[in-house]
Amino acid sequence: MIFQEKYELIRKLAREFAEKELTNDVLDKVEETGVFPQEILDKMAKAGFFGIKLPKEYGGQGGDHLAYVIVMEEIARVSAVASLYVSSPNSLAGGPLLLSGTHEQLEKYLRPCVTGEKVLCFALTEPGAGSDAGSMTTTAVEDGDDYILNGRKCFITMAPLSDYAIIYAKTDKSKGSRGISAFIVHMDWPGVSCGKAEDKMGLKGCATSDIILENVRVPKENMLGELNRGFSNAMKTLDVGRIGVAAQSIGVAQGCLDEAIKYAKERKQFGTPIAKFQNTQFTLADMATKLTAAKELVYQAAIARDMGKPDSKVASMAKYFASEVCNEIAAKAVQIHGGYGFIKEYKVERMYRDCRVFTIYEGTSQIQQMVIANALLK
Amino acid sequence: MKIIVCAKQVPDTNEVKIDPVKGTLIRDGVPSILNPDDANALEAALQIKDANPDTKVSIISMGPPQAHYMLRECLAMGADEAFLINGRVFSGADTCATSTTIAGGIQAIGDYDIIFAGRQAIDGDTAQVGPQIAQRLGLPVVTYVQGIREIKDGSIVVERQMEDGYEVIEVQTPCVLTCVKELNEPRYMSIKGILEAYDTPIKEFLTPEEIGLVADQCGLKASPTQVLRSFAPAPKGKGRMLEGTVVEMAKELVSSLQEKHIV
Repeated sequence: MIFQEKYELIRKLAREFAEKELTNDVLDKVEETGVFPQEILDKMAKAGFFGIKLPKEYGGQGGDHLAYVIVMEEIARVSAVASLYVSSPNSLAGGPLLLSGTHEQLEKYLRPCVTGEKVLCFALTEPGAGSDAGSMTTTAVEDGDDYILNGRKCFITMAPLSDYAIIYAKTDKSKGSRGISAFIVHMDWPGVSCGKAEDKMGLKGCATSDIILENVRVPKENMLGELNRGFSNAMKTLDVGRIGVAAQSIGVAQGCLDEAIKYAKERKQFGTPIAKFQNTQFTLADMATKLTAAKELVYQAAIARDMGKPDSKVASMAKYFASEVCNEIAAKAVQIHGGYGFIKEYKVERMYRDCRVFTIYEGTSQIQQMVIANALLK
Repeated sequence: MKIIVCAKQVPDTNEVKIDPVKGTLIRDGVPSILNPDDANALEAALQIKDANPDTKVSIISMGPPQAHYMLRECLAMGADEAFLINGRVFSGADTCATSTTIAGGIQAIGDYDIIFAGRQAIDGDTAQVGPQIAQRLGLPVVTYVQGIREIKDGSIVVERQMEDGYEVIEVQTPCVLTCVKELNEPRYMSIKGILEAYDTPIKEFLTPEEIGLVADQCGLKASPTQVLRSFAPAPKGKGRMLEGTVVEMAKELVSSLQEKHIV
């Protein structure tokens, strides 16, 4: 892909930022403590990373999906968890607001998230409703000027760090996915609590937990979008979100490939650098080829959106292919590192764990296959 | 307040290798960057603009059309406008011709209160252009500025870096200040800044006349300095690593030093 110069400059910004700020020392500490430094988040906000593709009128940068993909890719190349902080306001958390929010809601909730003053999370999944999101059991019952919310959301990225959450709940139990509405809930409202932060395999440094709703009174003005239209809002958000996960995937995969190439040149066995062995060479060639193919698909999905021709099938293909390829590349990078790849001192150990969730969250690979197949067979 | 910042696009010397036969820089594949000290100069200007939003920050550079990229970077950091002096007639300039040209460009831009420049460029390391510009414009200059203490009406108080400390100098404006890296930490560009930078036209001076000069005052013709020869110091040979126990290594070290009659 040949980019216009402005996208090259955006890549330069993101790459310099990642290399300068996300040093090994910082990332080791994030792994150890599970806490991401606020100081770096503040710098990200200042560089505009939290509002790349959000409109200027709400404090965003007025960029497009391609710019977003490039930043995500370059940040994830160095730190997957750092890229989560970029994706959240731009995509999963900011997306539902941008799709359905009123001007007042956007001013009140989107703007502070774009500037980094507040954190917003997206709460769809439930213990019994993962891929089958429509089967959720969280309820919202009308009561005068309010709705009363009850239920439990799980695996909510950033929940313990959030000021607000977009909560999807059943407003009409008889209508399945057509009976779901979205609400903007303040995390400090009575009845809202978070579960214990999950002890995850990877992406350490961005807490994930349950959100428990016990008789939470939500004013009607905090309904997001129309009554019973929440599921469509969630699906549209995920449709765009897929491009972000695909971008994370090509970023981490590039990081793994870079490390594998470096290590293959340094590591000597049988008296010669392992890069001289054809097996290593062919492995690297496969990794690079698949990565390049994945990148093209991801950029295509982004550009299609920017040209006003969003294509769910291509977005799903990008997420499916890039996340699977990323896991394959990470595994091969660990293999090239041999025993050292199993040791925390080497970056590929973390990358291998971080990318495992890419084929799972925001729609598993199997859900993407369903979307692709449905588009082919309709 | 009006501020002009002098900036240069330079090869990233961390990446540059020297052709051992010709003694010249191998420029192929070497990224070009905004000269690091110039980034500090721009940051100083932008900090003044942060504090006084009606400040206008202009960037001026002399160089080939590729320098547009570096100027966009400056705009993306927050500069208001950018000027490039660009043309074959200006090429081959030493510091003498460069400062004449840049001073001409600054006069063509017009009004200014402070002119910031980097201390020196990493490709030439002369540190001459800033002070020469001041001389040509008849302005006071403070070099090696490591701190800005106060901006007053008609003057500015700065710290000038010395080997073993610093001087505090109050200088009348307009003036030229050349900046060192200790002055500040240059900010990142922003996404919005980058997008807007590509909507901002870069103004070009293409002929000496546009900046009040004639051809004889520019480029190689006006450059008294001529490089006769450049060379790379011969690389040191590869060291030898000793192996074995400490005692074995010490024995081998001593015996090889004795062999060479060093001990």
